[in-house]
Amino acid sequence: MSELVNNISIIEEPEETLSMNPRKFILWLFIVSIVMLFAAMTSAYLVRRAEGNWLEYEIPVVFSYSSVVLLISSLTMHWAYTSAKKDNFSSLKTAITITFALGIVFLYMQFQGWVELVKLKVFFVGNPAGSFMYIFTGLHAFHLISGLTVLVFALVASFRLRIHAKSLNQIEIAATYWHFLDILWLYLFFFLVYFH
Amino acid sequence: MATLSTHSATVAHVEEHDHHEPQSFWRTYIFSEDHKTIAKQYLITGILWSIIGISLSVMFRLQLGFPNMKLEFLRPILGGWINEAGKLDQDFYLALVTMHGTIMVFFVLTAGLSGTFSNFLIPLQVGARDMASGFLNMLSYWFFFLAGAIMFVSLFIETGPAAGGWVIYPPLSALPQAHKGSELGMTLWLVSMALFIVSQLLGGINYITTVINLRTRGMSFSKLPLTIWAFFLTAVLGLISFPVLLSAALLLIFDRSFGTSFYLSEIYIKGEALPNVGGSPILFQHLFWFLGHPEVYIVLLPALGMTSEIIATNARKPIFGYRAMIASMMGIAFLAFIVWAHHMFVTGMNPFLGSVFMFLTLIIAVPSAVKAFNYITTLWRGNIRFTPAMLFSIGLVSFFISGGLTGIILGNSALDIQLHDTYFVVAHFHLVMGAASAFGLLAGVYHWFPKMFGRMMNEKLGYIHFWLTFIGIYLVFFPMHYIGIAGFPRRYYAFTSYDFTKNIFADMNSFISLAAIFSFAAQWIFIYNFVHSMFRGKKAPQNPWKSNTLEWTAPIEPGHGNWPGEIPAVYRWPYDYSKPGAKDDFIPQNVPYSQTPESNLPHENELISLEKEIEAQNLNDQFKQPH
Ligand code: HEM
Ligand SMILES: [Cu+2]
Repeated sequence: MSELVNNISIIEEPEETLSMNPRKFILWLFIVSIVMLFAAMTSAYLVRRAEGNWLEYEIPVVFSYSSVVLLISSLTMHWAYTSAKKDNFSSLKTAITITFALGIVFLYMQFQGWVELVKLKVFFVGNPAGSFMYIFTGLHAFHLISGLTVLVFALVASFRLRIHAKSLNQIEIAATYWHFLDILWLYLFFFLVYFH
Repeated sequence: MATLSTHSATVAHVEEHDHHEPQSFWRTYIFSEDHKTIAKQYLITGILWSIIGISLSVMFRLQLGFPNMKLEFLRPILGGWINEAGKLDQDFYLALVTMHGTIMVFFVLTAGLSGTFSNFLIPLQVGARDMASGFLNMLSYWFFFLAGAIMFVSLFIETGPAAGGWVIYPPLSALPQAHKGSELGMTLWLVSMALFIVSQLLGGINYITTVINLRTRGMSFSKLPLTIWAFFLTAVLGLISFPVLLSAALLLIFDRSFGTSFYLSEIYIKGEALPNVGGSPILFQHLFWFLGHPEVYIVLLPALGMTSEIIATNARKPIFGYRAMIASMMGIAFLAFIVWAHHMFVTGMNPFLGSVFMFLTLIIAVPSAVKAFNYITTLWRGNIRFTPAMLFSIGLVSFFISGGLTGIILGNSALDIQLHDTYFVVAHFHLVMGAASAFGLLAGVYHWFPKMFGRMMNEKLGYIHFWLTFIGIYLVFFPMHYIGIAGFPRRYYAFTSYDFTKNIFADMNSFISLAAIFSFAAQWIFIYNFVHSMFRGKKAPQNPWKSNTLEWTAPIEPGHGNWPGEIPAVYRWPYDYSKPGAKDDFIPQNVPYSQTPESNLPHENELISLEKEIEAQNLNDQFKQPH
């Protein structure tokens, strides 16, 4: 028995306690809270939908295009990250600028999506089916704006050459958050397509 | 302006290591990023809120206990809410109940309790210089402050504060025209709570990060004090459940202010049909209680964690079942997310679903009982020192048991149909949540006051405070069980006009009200003791309770960065009390086994060889001091 105890302690004893950069860790926890926010929203959607009296409508096709745009921006974000890792500053700057621009384009397309919805006579005020659509896209856009803000800081830092192979924390944080926002949107999009 | 650290004249070499330049008054005391200052800010704000919150309850207790009494003397405070006849306004009664609940649950027992002790103890007990992000920590307090300021303002507006109960169920809360308390007061409530949620998330994210990433050398998870385990799990609960409340509140805000129909369906109000279609008020209840049930544990777990620490220290015994305590806290935290519908048994839920939730709910009794028995077995044949903190901790165990038992009754969906929304529920949760957590908070203050302010609180006053409060609380809440079984609904302005309540229990209601006033009065002993000891108390010794945890190795009044020089390394668990063979009846966590050959167990002797390895580890020092 005491041998067993012994072995357990030996395994856990000499482990270093610092496992991750606290800032990155904070980002992950922040992501958890956003996930819960949307998990609550989508479950509310399902619970409400199960009760019937649900407005059926076609999801405007702009949202499919915007999804592609956001997906591409994730790729350029990754390109920015690998460039930073290789100290390739010119492509870092290009990639991060493109990412930022694609983010803006995405927001614009989401707004067009709303315009389309209004044309379809799906309004924010009315059957919750429509209201939820606006809530999902709106809340996601709100978070995307926060992602753009993070990106601006990384953008400025990259133009000041403060991001390089030995100082990757900032771009890693921006990239992780950006990819998360991308995945979050894809989740919402497929959720809406599947359960609309 | 001096930094905090220069106050600790007892530790001569503070200055030479403290590489942070002196900061202005504002940065030191107001917009401080130091976890100890933030903790004190939370504590003092929490105490102020509790005075307000409890005063509100005394006001509505006067109404309930003495329905014919003239309340003119309250007019200077309540103004127009006392009507011409000298009676409490009926709408305002509901506002009082709502504000009391909101303030006590969120501002006092969530922010005041976790905010104070997670902030104060996490860095000191895991051996860190400060929280992972001092800035976010400061933001967390100021978001809370702002939330409080808005809630406070809502008390004074013309239509009065929110009045839909602390659970703010729609449609009442969603329709401004439904009730005075659903107008501006409700809007302010929602804004305030949204800020509050942000504050809790910022705080919780910091607590989790600090516990995981900033433990000192050797402080493995199996050596963490149970306080830290409790704060950690509390923060995880908050991180998962508060965003859900935010969602619920957001949808309610849209319903109120933009005319959406998430929670509203075909509804008539004052003879007029509203345009809303297709919403579901039950949806709100699901979202709310998905937070609401974990919230009760967010309130209770930190109190339980501190109790473990205080009981072990003052029973001079290792905590009984350290691992079982952790496992049951994890069990409770997990189960807390899958029992929410026990608050909704009477919403027309499918009875089969009800029985599933009943089953899950009753399982919580198992880890709860494990914890209760572990406290009792830790006390069993201990060398007990009855300090005020210890008395309050034992009081907590008592409330936890007597309130938990009624939880098992309420958890049965068939019984709950009779008891739901009666005073029985009020009795249940005031004992198990209100009183137990408040006792945890008080125990924590008595126990860690010397570390916070460098002075001791007066013990005699502590004893008087304990006995008056302990007896007072039972006198208030025990009789409520009977009133509840008799079918008295909660949140009623008066019971004088219904046949089934007219002629009964009036005297018991008066008795409860008197007991409530008595208990409230007793709290001023504490307030006096707290304020007086802060300035005039006896100077604290280094380790007043002869405790094992790391905070007592820091200077009596720790400066910025907590330890001058290196952070101590940790070699053993925090509960080596009365170890056979040892010189003293306690061995602090930073004493290596190589220094205690007389008391080591065989396997501990083998750990001596690992000590070098622990010492050589990364210093894990945020302030990056030279080795
Ligand atoms: C054995 C464990 C427990 C069980 C089985 C249990 C069960 C229940 C049930 C079924 C209700 C709903 C009663 C009703 O509204 O009709 C309830 C209410 C409540 N419980 Fe518990 N409970 C337990 C422990 C706790 C603990 C530990 C806390 C807090 C720390 C707590 C806090 C509350 C609160 C605040 C309410 C009332 C909420 C409201 O309606 O305003 N309970 N409990
Ligand atoms: Cu519950």
